[in-house]
Amino acid sequence: MRLAEAWRVALGALRANRLRSALTMLGVLIGVAAVVALVAIGTGTREEVESQVEGLGSNLLLVFPGEAGVGAAPAVSRLSLADVDAVVRVVGDRERVAVQVTSGETVRADTASRFTSVLGVLDTTPQVFTRDLSRGTYLTRTDVDTSRRVAVLGSTVAEDLFADRDPIGRQVTIAGVRFRVVGVFAPVGGQGFGVDRDAQVHIPVTTAQRLLGTDRIDALAVRAPDLDTIDELGERIVATLSERHPDSEFSAVTQEEIIGVLGDILGILTWVLAAIAGISLLVGGVGVSNIMLVSVRERVREIGLRKAVGARPRDIGLQFLLEAVLLTTLGGLLGIALGVGGSLLAAAYSPVPATITWWSIALAFGVSAAVGVAFGVVPALRAGRLDPVVALRSE
Amino acid sequence: MLVEAEELTRVYAMGDTVVEALRGVSLRIASGDYLALVGPSGSGKSTLMHLLGGLDRPSSGRLVIDGQDVASLNRNQLARLRNTAIGFVFQSFHLLPRTSAVENVALPLVYRGVPARTRRQRAAAMLGQVGLAHRLDHRPSQLSGGEQQRVAIARALVTGPSVVLADEPTGNLDSATGQAVLHLLEQQGAASGAALVLVTHDHEVAGRAHRQVMLRDGLVVS
Ligand SMILES: Nc1ncnc2c1ncn2[C@@H]1O[C@H](COP(=O)(O)OP(=O)(O)O)[C@@H](O)[C@H]1O
Ligand SMILES: [Mg+2]
Repeated sequence: MRLAEAWRVALGALRANRLRSALTMLGVLIGVAAVVALVAIGTGTREEVESQVEGLGSNLLLVFPGEAGVGAAPAVSRLSLADVDAVVRVVGDRERVAVQVTSGETVRADTASRFTSVLGVLDTTPQVFTRDLSRGTYLTRTDVDTSRRVAVLGSTVAEDLFADRDPIGRQVTIAGVRFRVVGVFAPVGGQGFGVDRDAQVHIPVTTAQRLLGTDRIDALAVRAPDLDTIDELGERIVATLSERHPDSEFSAVTQEEIIGVLGDILGILTWVLAAIAGISLLVGGVGVSNIMLVSVRERVREIGLRKAVGARPRDIGLQFLLEAVLLTTLGGLLGIALGVGGSLLAAAYSPVPATITWWSIALAFGVSAAVGVAFGVVPALRAGRLDPVVALRSE
Repeated sequence: MLVEAEELTRVYAMGDTVVEALRGVSLRIASGDYLALVGPSGSGKSTLMHLLGGLDRPSSGRLVIDGQDVASLNRNQLARLRNTAIGFVFQSFHLLPRTSAVENVALPLVYRGVPARTRRQRAAAMLGQVGLAHRLDHRPSQLSGGEQQRVAIARALVTGPSVVLADEPTGNLDSATGQAVLHLLEQQGAASGAALVLVTHDHEVAGRAHRQVMLRDGLVVS
């Protein structure tokens, strides 16, 4: 039998049982939509994170205690400002070194308050990480040296606490201590690493240490003077720190290495999500198998008659296989439409990033066709092998 | 000789017991023959007809249809033989539901690879010959029993078979309609030059054949 004829017959059979076909397709549709959407979200997240890390600049070195890499245990920081001075001596330029002490605190203005992350930093932060202010000035070296209680607010914090009023010169309390607002950051948007940089509050690191009752710092970043010597600089910094803390390990990683590690993690995550969604596709496939077996049983007489007028086993098998493939590919196409539509909506109207990749659509379509073949083959073989005499006698 | 059957048996195994539906039937059918297969219910008429039409294989014995030994044919070759040499007419019509009369008639041509347009032309012409030119696009459910059986006859003849096998074609019809259908079958069969094998348990009907073969308990008795 010609393929075109087989398609026509398969289509007719699906149309004859519209509701049943639609419900069977739904199983595949949901599976495919889930695969497409989750891959889109995974890919979108990776791209966004990578672009944010890239935004840090290729000559940035992040220095932290412990070992770098996926699955490394987080280490307790032993770094102090004395270590930072040592690193500054290695780098040879204080302006290139930034530090950070982080704590979640409630920040309060006259009427409003919000809980957010408060960062103790050096005055060098805007030079090391490119950060622009929309109003006022950043922290100064004097602020740091004399532990002044001054703060620079992230754009959403300023909005939440002061609405339309100008925050510059006004008071906020952080963990119950009064601070004067000296500046407001320009908004940067995005949520890389789950960190909303627009919601941060910067205060001098010395003030922060006093506030938190600690002398540790959490992280240290260095903007290297040039790319050729960045690895060597990292090694020298690690060596210096190791000398000062013989029983601790330290790591210095470049932006490139961070992207590599994060890309790996998010890539694996994307595949895991796709695989989980793939399981629902499998369940949809089982549904197809089920319905095809029912369809074969219902049409035993038709099969017998077709054989009586000259259909070969493979003609009958092909007819039922095409019916299964038609079910899954139609379901797959609708699922792709739903997955793409859902991803685009999510990207447009929610903070969830989503990037549609052509390979994921092609893969979803290919997989749905393959599911049709895989789950249609048993019913098709059964139909093809049916004894025509038995089939014709059945009522 | 169109069909040569020698000592055909057909044994059905049902668990521990075996049913011998045919116990050694020999038969020869020449082109243009008109043969009536008679016998009581359960005597093996349908079983024999399925063998003669290549729908089933004998348990033993030799069967040659249109010059081809059935034992030497695989399932695909047997399907091809049914498609080219045989036309079946069944008691219960066996038309595809949801499918128009003309498409039902064209079905055997589908498995012969005839292009769609030619198929429709030939099927429509055949329906015209059985008096259903005005019913081409009707579905079986929109046709009377007699009309449905005429569609089935058109389907059996559309490929120009050498043998038409009709298993109690009037069994589901009232006698007047049955008579008309039978006339049509005889007339169209004769016109096409095909041999006609008519299974019936109606002796009056059987009397119209050129030859009668009587089966009882899986054996030819006369
Ligand atoms: N598939 C089968 N399995 C077991 N016995 C069968 C089968 N088909 C037919 N028979 C038996 O073979 C015998 C002949 O049946 P059949 O050829 O249909 O007779 P007829 O058409 O003359 O009424 C009957 O006894 C019937 O029960
Ligand atoms: Mg019978």
